[in-house]
Amino acid sequence: MNSDMWKVPDRFRPVISSLCITCKKCIKECSYDVLEFNNGAIHAKHGCVACQRCVEMCPQDAIEIQRVPETMAPHGTYTERHRRAILSQANSGGVLLSSCGTDIPYNSIFDDLLLDAAQVTNPAIDPLRETVETKTYLGSRNGSLRLSSEGSFAVKPGCGIMMDMPVMLGHVSLGAVSYNTQKALFMAARRLNILAGTGEGGLHRDFREFAPHLNSEVASGRFGVNPDFLKDVASIEIKIGQGAKPGHGGHLPGEKVSDLISETRMIPLGTDALSPYPHHDIYSIEDLEQLIATLKEAVNYEHPVGVKIAAVHNIAAIASGAVRAGADFITLDGFRGGTGSTPRIIRDHAGIPIEAAVAVVDKRLTEEGLRNRVTLCAGGSIRSSADMIKMIALGADVVGVCTAALIAMGCRLCQSCHLGKCSWGIATQKPDLVSRMDPELGATRVVRLLSAWNEELKEILGAMGIDSVESLVGNRDRLRYIGPNPRIADIMGIKHAGEGWG
Amino acid sequence: MVGKSEASKHCIGELCGEITDFSRLPSYGAARPPGLSSIMGGCGIAGCMDLNGGKIRGDKIARMLSIMSERENGLGSGYVAYGLFPDHKDEYCLQFFFDNEESMFAVEECLKKRGEITRDECVYTTNHTDIPLPHPMVWRYFFVPKSSSNPKYKDPDQCIVDLVMNINFSIHGAFCISSGKDMAVFKGNGFSYQIADYYDLSRYKAQMWCSHSRFPTNTPGWWAGAHPISLLDWSVCHNGEITSYGVNRKFVEMNGYKCTLLTDSEVITYTWDILVRKHGLPLQVAAFAMAPMYYRDMELMNDHNRQLAQQLRITYKEAFLNGPFSILVGRSRPEITMLAMADRKKLRPLIIGHNEDDGMIYAASEECAIRIADNDAYTWVTNPGNPMIARVGEGIIRYGTERPFEGAFNEQ
Ligand code: SF4
Ligand code: SF4
Repeated sequence: MNSDMWKVPDRFRPVISSLCITCKKCIKECSYDVLEFNNGAIHAKHGCVACQRCVEMCPQDAIEIQRVPETMAPHGTYTERHRRAILSQANSGGVLLSSCGTDIPYNSIFDDLLLDAAQVTNPAIDPLRETVETKTYLGSRNGSLRLSSEGSFAVKPGCGIMMDMPVMLGHVSLGAVSYNTQKALFMAARRLNILAGTGEGGLHRDFREFAPHLNSEVASGRFGVNPDFLKDVASIEIKIGQGAKPGHGGHLPGEKVSDLISETRMIPLGTDALSPYPHHDIYSIEDLEQLIATLKEAVNYEHPVGVKIAAVHNIAAIASGAVRAGADFITLDGFRGGTGSTPRIIRDHAGIPIEAAVAVVDKRLTEEGLRNRVTLCAGGSIRSSADMIKMIALGADVVGVCTAALIAMGCRLCQSCHLGKCSWGIATQKPDLVSRMDPELGATRVVRLLSAWNEELKEILGAMGIDSVESLVGNRDRLRYIGPNPRIADIMGIKHAGEGWG
Repeated sequence: MVGKSEASKHCIGELCGEITDFSRLPSYGAARPPGLSSIMGGCGIAGCMDLNGGKIRGDKIARMLSIMSERENGLGSGYVAYGLFPDHKDEYCLQFFFDNEESMFAVEECLKKRGEITRDECVYTTNHTDIPLPHPMVWRYFFVPKSSSNPKYKDPDQCIVDLVMNINFSIHGAFCISSGKDMAVFKGNGFSYQIADYYDLSRYKAQMWCSHSRFPTNTPGWWAGAHPISLLDWSVCHNGEITSYGVNRKFVEMNGYKCTLLTDSEVITYTWDILVRKHGLPLQVAAFAMAPMYYRDMELMNDHNRQLAQQLRITYKEAFLNGPFSILVGRSRPEITMLAMADRKKLRPLIIGHNEDDGMIYAASEECAIRIADNDAYTWVTNPGNPMIARVGEGIIRYGTERPFEGAFNEQ
């Protein structure tokens, strides 16, 4: 044993059954180097992250990943999770990194909300027989339409784009994920006629063709941001914060800055890509106003410019400020949202749930008469179409989906992205691993998932007697709360289950 | 008059065979029933208008409405008459329900601060009625708002809107039920024939009448909450249940309106005022904002109309009335106008009738309402989400079967 680095017990272990024919495929597939062959059999070493790659690939279905039972003496206060963290930090002396959304089982408010349905006084609508629309607009609005006597627009209407469903694929940068993964997401967005986020790494030249379906990100590092890129894409989003790491920047270590990344981000090969915590030209709301104006000017006011902010305590006032500063759309990112790498302390403990954030922002913007000027997007921990629908009813026009799309493509949420060895070819830059992701297959699976969600959205709208999704946006009257904390329901402006309309 | 409302909440019933157990529900006048936060239910609507500007006696509309007896259960009904005060055409006619004298004094004080009451009178109501008590007092003021240097009140209409909103929101026991020029609302908590008798509508002659009877689902009767819902010269008689109410309420609140009646119909009334009076949209364009075209159908339109339809839908998505409805909308300015339309899936009934010989136009939930008034009228149905518009002196402007926006831009 290395005397100053102590063992942190494994949580998972592959168990190989007698069905094994020792073809050794699993050894090749395991990017964490957990499996080995000796004495005529496959054995597991330590380090399994439960990525399930070997299980999926074994031709014999001979592998099962088991959870290692907690072996430390039970303790009510110092749970094994705490003790493992202490041991790791005593080993490394560093900030604990992790990825994906928080794994602490915070109560999800989505699960405490129930949807309404039509009975007697208004008819339910069968989406297979009647039209139920899910087309969604993303962009700015004027609040009123002024027409000349000939019926032409007396004031130029807002600028924005139409999507086929109220969904946007969240931002994942090239760097955080592989070339093939980003390509698959972009292909899916194009086929679904929705937007996908580019992440903060700029846009690789091969991906220019997807630009009309991309929501580009202007983050604090400004990587890859140039006028051509901005003019090509559908919309531009200034990233102030991210739900999984509010108040934090980004750090792509030099060893990951390959040719591909260096070219896309426009930085020298092998240098660290550092995104500062704040934008160093935005220290106040006026500065944000200037950047928004600059970007609008850069694209001739032809593309909407939005602001993405993490859901933090004072979110309503911040969102209102961003709208007043000229944002055409606001993207809220909840604290349970995903990321490729983040300090665990921030991921697990900073921010507020997206459910509350969306409701209070929608309310605040309505009270201030601003809600009909902007599009409100929200994401972070949308696990199912039910979450998506509740998010819309809480106040979002567009729902950001990211982790669910990655899961559809293979991710098993093993939370090891920050190690850069993703066995599914997603969160990695290693060519042999990247080639495991087939963009065509990935895109197909994302398209299937989101098409299914869209059908479920139509079912729910029909059941509520609503024939178009915009009539659900912020329609909190059609939600009821059944959770343990009616105070949060009050804050969100939702009645308790059992309360009628009168 | 005041004091008529004494106590007894549970009365009558025996006197009239048709009154069911619903009459045991408590009844309220101007003040909002405690705990009430929304009113929903089914309804009947009927309207008639003389396109040549001739006068129609109120008993005609009462017959039209009352024949649709399955559409009401005695918990509210009302009428609105246009072209009623040719001698006071330029003054606002404010009609109120008062529960007591204090609320009346408070309102009068409020009015005097903001303008001049040129005339006031008690609105006739009969003492012989079997409508359950209490009966609020009904009072009428002709009012001219002060011209003000305050830019907010430069526009007399806006002054009236603010006045009405404030009174309804803050003076307990008082409720302004109509506030337009050359028009008045007569409504209450009873069957359609009871309300017609109560106000003795046959004494009124008007160029246009719209009316409404209610079949609410177990909410208490509330005089102020009955239809028509009116603001300025707008009146709305609405049959339906708006499934997008939470969104539509946001639209009117964002535009500075206070929801005091808590009905989807109230929100519809304010939406007309916003879209047409404040934003200057032609009437039919506003109708297509509330019942927008399907995106699929927009693809079939010419460039101009498609862009207009799209922008209308995007800009006014909060004004989109989703769910089943049919509505009658009345207006006295610039000329007395009736608009009748149903939702874009046509989930509630609406039929239009026209008699070319005498220039009468009818709109109703059921054909029987038209037939009892005129056996010879030619009838038709409007297309889903497509408004019929008729105007005194101009005739039928839209049948409700034309393409969207046809004729919209030389309409006004
Ligand atoms: S892939 Fe399956 S069959 Fe092949 S060696 Fe591994 S466990 Fe055995
Ligand atoms: S992307 Fe890969 S490494 Fe990250 S959680 Fe998913 S499977 Fe694990």
